[in-house]
Amino acid sequence: MVHQHFMLVENMTVLDNVMLGNEGAFKLASQRGAVEAKLREICERYRLEVDPLATVHDLSVGAQQRVEILKQIYRSANILILDEPTAVLTAQETASLFEILRLFKEQGKTIILITHKLQEIMEITDEVTVMRAGRVVGAVQTRETSKEQLANMMVGRPIQSELPRAPYKPGAEVLKVSSLQLKDGNGVSLLSDIDFTLRAGEVVAIAGVSGNGQSELLEILSGMRLPTSGRVEFLGKDLPYAGRANADGLPADFRGLGIGHVPEDRLRDGVIKDFSVMQNTVFGYQDHVKNRWGLFDFKRIAQRCAHLMQAFDVRPNNPDLRIGLLSGGNQQKVVIAREVAAKPKLMLIGQPTRGVDIGTIESIHTQLLRLRDEGVAILLSSVELEEVRALADRIIVMSGGRITGILPVDEFDTTRIGLLMGGLHKS
Amino acid sequence: MKKTELPRWATGFVLPILNLLSALIVAGLVIHLLGESPVDSLRILVDSAILDPEGLGYTLFYASTFIFAGLAVSIAMQAGLFNIGAEGQMYVGGLGLTLAVLSFDASLPGWLLIPAAMIGAAIFGALWSFIPGYLQAKRGSHVVVTTIMFNFIAASLMNYAILKLIPEGQQNPASRVFADSAALPLLNKVLPVFGDTPLNISLLLAIAALVIYGVVVWRSSWGYKLRATGLNAHAAHYAGVKISRTIIVTMLVSGALAGLGAVNSVMGSTHYLSLNFPAGAGFVGIAIALMGRQHPVGIFLSSVLFGALIQGGFDLSLEKPNIPQETFVFIQGLIILFCGAMENFYAPVVMKVLNLTRRSTGTSTTKEA
Repeated sequence: MVHQHFMLVENMTVLDNVMLGNEGAFKLASQRGAVEAKLREICERYRLEVDPLATVHDLSVGAQQRVEILKQIYRSANILILDEPTAVLTAQETASLFEILRLFKEQGKTIILITHKLQEIMEITDEVTVMRAGRVVGAVQTRETSKEQLANMMVGRPIQSELPRAPYKPGAEVLKVSSLQLKDGNGVSLLSDIDFTLRAGEVVAIAGVSGNGQSELLEILSGMRLPTSGRVEFLGKDLPYAGRANADGLPADFRGLGIGHVPEDRLRDGVIKDFSVMQNTVFGYQDHVKNRWGLFDFKRIAQRCAHLMQAFDVRPNNPDLRIGLLSGGNQQKVVIAREVAAKPKLMLIGQPTRGVDIGTIESIHTQLLRLRDEGVAILLSSVELEEVRALADRIIVMSGGRITGILPVDEFDTTRIGLLMGGLHKS
Repeated sequence: MKKTELPRWATGFVLPILNLLSALIVAGLVIHLLGESPVDSLRILVDSAILDPEGLGYTLFYASTFIFAGLAVSIAMQAGLFNIGAEGQMYVGGLGLTLAVLSFDASLPGWLLIPAAMIGAAIFGALWSFIPGYLQAKRGSHVVVTTIMFNFIAASLMNYAILKLIPEGQQNPASRVFADSAALPLLNKVLPVFGDTPLNISLLLAIAALVIYGVVVWRSSWGYKLRATGLNAHAAHYAGVKISRTIIVTMLVSGALAGLGAVNSVMGSTHYLSLNFPAGAGFVGIAIALMGRQHPVGIFLSSVLFGALIQGGFDLSLEKPNIPQETFVFIQGLIILFCGAMENFYAPVVMKVLNLTRRSTGTSTTKEA
């Protein structure tokens, strides 16, 4: 198995990484020579360019991946499982990885490739099994299928369910994102050339396979993270990213400007599990509920909480319960209620109904559409195309940290969206 | 359905009491091995530390210092920081206090001098914890490592400082004796029952500090942000908390509280700055914070317990020649072991008992399920 995030000890050499777990008690030193010779032989045979004595953190990402493969071959693996192997590779590195995989195949070994990139599937595989939401949707021979068919299988057919909504009448421009870029610490590009606008009374939904930059985009727009470059205008004014060393405290400023944020990972970011429901209803707004002595105005907080819990039908209706004891759907209702109560002009929502029971999904959707009809600009990201279709006025499709297409919901077409999600540019 | 969590009364009272009893039983065993009667010893301990009014005075006198130390460790714990440098911060706080007193005790009256000395103690204690706080917040250097190193640095620094403060012709390694105006008002003036003990207004200040701590931590937005940071830094960032500033400010407050712990013994009892005056009180603060679960009432009760152990242990060693004076350190170590390191040792047992009684009485807990 080659994991998407490598399982290597960075400050050890390639040789030591390969031997790790196979050291053979106290004979470490005597074995090293033999193992090294064998590694060189494997490298030769599979044309893996890796120096066994190099330290792992000095190697490029592509070379680190070759070390992972080397490790598996050394342990005479016959089945190689690769999880999104090309996610971190450049085009050339991808090409050379595929060379190696072909060689592997010739040697009679089996390769299982986990990927969402249609291009790669068509290029290298013999058989495809498509999975969606934890289920196998189908298995086909690669040469008998097409990218379009795979795309359809990948996204599924959304059920036609119409929730009541006012006619689409977008108002003034609320958000304008121009050439936004984000690179991580290693210089790997997470977001590039992001350009789009969002108007009042409009829902724009970002579709895409999870991990293609949607989370990072919402984090930047909510102030949790600074972009590497580019600008974002909110109600005609630049959001204050410039001249900051870190995003410490920035989310509070953004909230003050009128940006609400329902984070996609509720338990990591959205709530404090050990706080009560009531305490969580002021989370992020803790400086707005003080009395004149600077202490919490518990009477006001309790009233506010009771009101929110009733309006959003949070169950059980007990404000003193620790929020960690509520179901996912009820936790999400608390978070959404809290952000809606602040009357934002822009609402950012990551995965509005992840981990939410079916009964609650519709009530959350209805609430969000009501918010839109009241003139709030909503930007949401969702991996559920059904949800995208049910809520969006316009759809942005992202792949590999780029926008691969923007289309109005009337032109919703699963095949086309699937192709865009699979990284195939507007064609 | 089985409950996976213990109710608050169990974690707050049952577990600490079980842990404490375990520590006492082991201590009793050792006393038995030393050839003395554990029951007899316990009686002497309780008599001299709690039942005798003068002994109680001493117990509360020690507890006053411990409350400040316990608060210092507790407030840092609320933010997820383990400040084990309260000892050094208290020691350096004593220097701040002494410098203030030595500068002003000739000119200022007591009611101005004492607050000035307390401010000096708080500022010096805070400064001593600032560097570890800054390093943790901005550089990621773990506060446990830095604060313990700062204890050693404080010890050396104080050796140097006290050397400079020794008046000419004095043999004792200590500063000169403070003027009478710097002496804290004793409580036996109002409550003569305490007899000739150094118990002073520090106890009242400590209780006030406990109340302020409780209000700030649970009723202010600053305390809310502090606890959010301690429980989940990701979420705190989402909520707009400035994490690094919260860490630094918390460490400043923690150090200031530890510094204030110097006031009781230096200005209430010795009246001069002496070598190694905290005598481990800062470390006792860790045990108090753990055992008292960072709750004001818990901190108060555990501080009194540790005060009683010092007072009672001292008398015990006088009456029972086989029991050395270090018994206190030994019992303290056992309490730290049981209440700190093995804090949740009995949790599975208590949970089992609870589940059993629930099933037999048939009460349902579906509310929280």
